[in-house]
Order: sequence, then structure tokens, then C-alpha cells
Amino acid sequence: MRGRVVIAGIGQTQFGALPDRTTISLNAEAVRKALADAGVEKSAVDALFVKFPTSRFEAMYGQTLAGALGIQPRIGGVWDQGGATNISMISFAAMAIENGQCEIAVVTLADNPKTGTRQAYEKAWGEDEVFGWFGVPPGYAMIARRHMGEFGTTSDQLGAIAVACRRHGAANPGAQLRKKLTLDEYRQSRIIASPLRRDDCCLVSDGAAAVVVMSAERARRLGVKAPVPILGFGQGQTSWEVAQRPSLTSTMAAASAKTAFAMAGITPRQVGVAQLYDCFTIAVLMTLEDYGFCTKGEGGRFVEGGRIEFGGELPVNTAGGLLSETGMPGMQLITEGVRQMRGTASLQVPRAEFCVVSNQGGIMHTHSTLILGQPA
Amino acid sequence: MSAETAEFPLPRRDALNTPYWQSLEEGHLSFQRCGECGKAWLPPRRECPHCLSPEWRWERAGGQARLVSWVVYHIAYHAAFKDRLPYTVAVVELAEGPRLISNIVGAGDPEALRIDQDLRLAIEHEHGVAVPRFRPA
Repeated sequence: MRGRVVIAGIGQTQFGALPDRTTISLNAEAVRKALADAGVEKSAVDALFVKFPTSRFEAMYGQTLAGALGIQPRIGGVWDQGGATNISMISFAAMAIENGQCEIAVVTLADNPKTGTRQAYEKAWGEDEVFGWFGVPPGYAMIARRHMGEFGTTSDQLGAIAVACRRHGAANPGAQLRKKLTLDEYRQSRIIASPLRRDDCCLVSDGAAAVVVMSAERARRLGVKAPVPILGFGQGQTSWEVAQRPSLTSTMAAASAKTAFAMAGITPRQVGVAQLYDCFTIAVLMTLEDYGFCTKGEGGRFVEGGRIEFGGELPVNTAGGLLSETGMPGMQLITEGVRQMRGTASLQVPRAEFCVVSNQGGIMHTHSTLILGQPA
Repeated sequence: MSAETAEFPLPRRDALNTPYWQSLEEGHLSFQRCGECGKAWLPPRRECPHCLSPEWRWERAGGQARLVSWVVYHIAYHAAFKDRLPYTVAVVELAEGPRLISNIVGAGDPEALRIDQDLRLAIEHEHGVAVPRFRPA
């Protein structure tokens, strides 16, 4: 089904502090803009795939949102793989469209942890509170430390990832944090949970983003301006908690990418631009390895010397990612991938035929991969 | 909530994990071993995560372990830990196989620890509850 389903429209709200907005309202704005971008009437939408607000779980949220949008879709509901959810939902939408279960799907996410609640982020890790094992950054720090020990990865190499994303975010008029970062400033950034510093950690943001998915054939009939073909997707579940995971330094992102690249019929060497989930810098580094852009253990050296910056061999997170555009869990990477393939990005990478997008959730518990191509 | 008034988060005992905490009170760290496939694990589960058998037994660990990884907290995510900063949390692998979250104590500068270095069980009391911690061997 390579290329037979497309992303026909994208929409997003502002990112940052958006007080007095509910996630329902934020979703509605993103969906309205995505439908307008695709040139599709709301009444044509017959599937609504929703990532529940990461900041707060709410039963039947998918139905509440459909009600607010005034639609009664055939397929509708919430899916949870944390930050990996968005790409997985696009994949499920594509498979449902391909099999006649629906025709036009909206995939949407809204979150307001900055001005609203952060309830879901405050949970302790299992029964290990007695040891002080709390918080998300320390989970990633545990992985980063092991990677440093096994492969000699350095703090400066993690810093190179933050520097790249911040440079790209500074060039994005819609980014929440438009402040470049030097490696020296990174080194001065305060330690949160050693070995991770504040500037290794993503933003906390309110906002929403949505995409419209349909068959390439339907997009042609509707006269959609720049339908971006979905060439491949895949998923992989690492699942084990950090403490029980047999290896801390490789994840099932590798399986996810293998499936996606096989479906797309391309190799990482053909990818000209990448949007890689950067909740923490170490996630980008390990995703580059697990995807096969470099071998395991080489991620630190791979990100040095501006290779992942605009103008480099593989520009990563060209709108700033979670570290600079918005802390939103993943959808902004998909919308930027779509802009890159359409040729409308702020930092447009020339001659990039393919874009790979990664989404991941938990402490690298779950992963999803999307490969996009240029509009026909 | 200040560090003085914050309630310290102690383990919640239930029918499944009570033998684990009871064993620590008696000076031993225990783990579960499957009666069918022979695999060992922590934390406590009702079914073997390898073969799903409900037939398992508690076994005592010898106390030898290695350091898989560790972090040093410089900010507190729970008020009860504010006055302990910086403190170290580690993933530890017992010689028998199971892995668990723990603290490293008696290590001096925690940044000088090394991955895979040998550790030794050091049961300590935390607010009156015996907990498994580890020190460099």
C-alpha cells in the first residue's frame, strides 16, 4: 500500500502558554485548520483518531471530542502509546482506509500541561518511590549513562543535538523557544539528573496539531493541493520498565524502522531529512543508531560537526522539535515532515526526496516510524 | 509541602509482595523463581513473565550484584527527597539475574562510579522499613 494513502492536510495552534483553553478547544482549532488546509468539509470526515491529552487521562475522551466537533465518525476513539501514538494512529487510519472501513480520517492531539494539569507526568515509577525513583528525565538519564559507559558517548555529543534543534527552532516563527544555544551555554546548563542537563530536556507546552488522512485517489478527486504520500510505517514495543529491560542502549525502534523502511522500499542512506522524537537528546542519538543511520555506539560521533544541522548531511528536527518548537508529544514532527516534503518549511532542505519521522513514548517503551515522500 | 512535612513514600504491602518486604526485615533480599521454566525475576508478579506459569517460589539472593547504570538527582520530584539532594538511584543486576531499582551508598563521589562494577547488598532502614541498597564491593 506504499503511497496509496496520503496526508492531505495539516493544522496546528500556537505553541507555548495558552491559558483558559481546554484541550477540546485546542483540538477543535487544529482540526478546523487541518480540514481547511486539505480543503475538506467536516461532514466528509468519517474517522477520528485521538491521542488523549498526555497531561490528564479522561475516559471516553474520543467521544467527547467528536461531540465537540459535531461529527459521528464510523471509527473513533483514543489510542495510547504515549508519544508514539500519533504515527501509530496515522498507520491505523491508513490501514482502515485501504480496507474500506473509512475514507477520510482526522488524527489529532492536544495537550495543556503548561497552564493546565500535569497530573499524568507526576506519577511515581511503580513501587520504587522509596528509593526516590521519580520523574521522566531521570529515566532517560539512566539510559544515557549506560550509553556513555558502553560506547564513550559524551555530554558534548548530547549537547550537539540540543544545539541543532535550538538553531532550527530559532528560525521557526511559530516555535515556542526561539533562542539559539551554543555548546558552551549547554555546558553551563544546570544538571537535572546527572548526566542530563536542563537543555537535554524538552519544553513543556500547551497546543494542538492535527492531520487529515485519505487515499491518494480521493485526494486527486478532491483536488488536494499537495498530498504527501505515506510510503512506509512500522511499530515496535520495548515494553519492559527501565530496570527490567535486558539492554538499556538498544530499543525496538530498530524493529519499527525495519518494518517502515521495508514497506517504503528505501534505505536510511536515501533519507534527506529526519524528524526524530527529541523529548531528551539521548532519544535522538539512539534513534539514529536503531534506525541504521549509523551503527550502534556511533551515534555520538554521528551528531558531531553539524551533520544533523541545516546544511549538514542529515538535517534533524528542522522546525526545532520537542526541544525548541513545542514540547507537544510528537505531532509537530509529522507536520514538519509534511512541510519538508511539500517544500514549504521555514528551513527547507533542498533535494530531500524522503523524510523519516520517529515517535516514541514512555521511557523508550514504545516506538512508531513514518516515512513520507514528495507529492506526486 | 516542605521536606519536613512531606510524607515519605514507603512501600505499599499487599498479599503478593509481603514476603519480599518481610524477608528484608529478616536480613535477606528475595526474588521469585519459576517452578516450570526456572527463570528468576523481580519485582513480584503473580505469573512468570517468561512462561506465564503461576507456579513459583521465593529464593534468597546471595548479595552479589553489578551496577547496570545510575543517575544522580539534582532536583527533587518529591518533597520528601529535597534535603537528600544530590542522591543516587541505580539499576542493579543481582548475580542471580533479576534487576531492580535501588540506591548506591558509601560510594563517595557518585560520578566516579563505573558501569558493571561489582556491588554488595547493604540492607538499610528507611523510616523503619528495611530496604535493599547497595555499596561498591
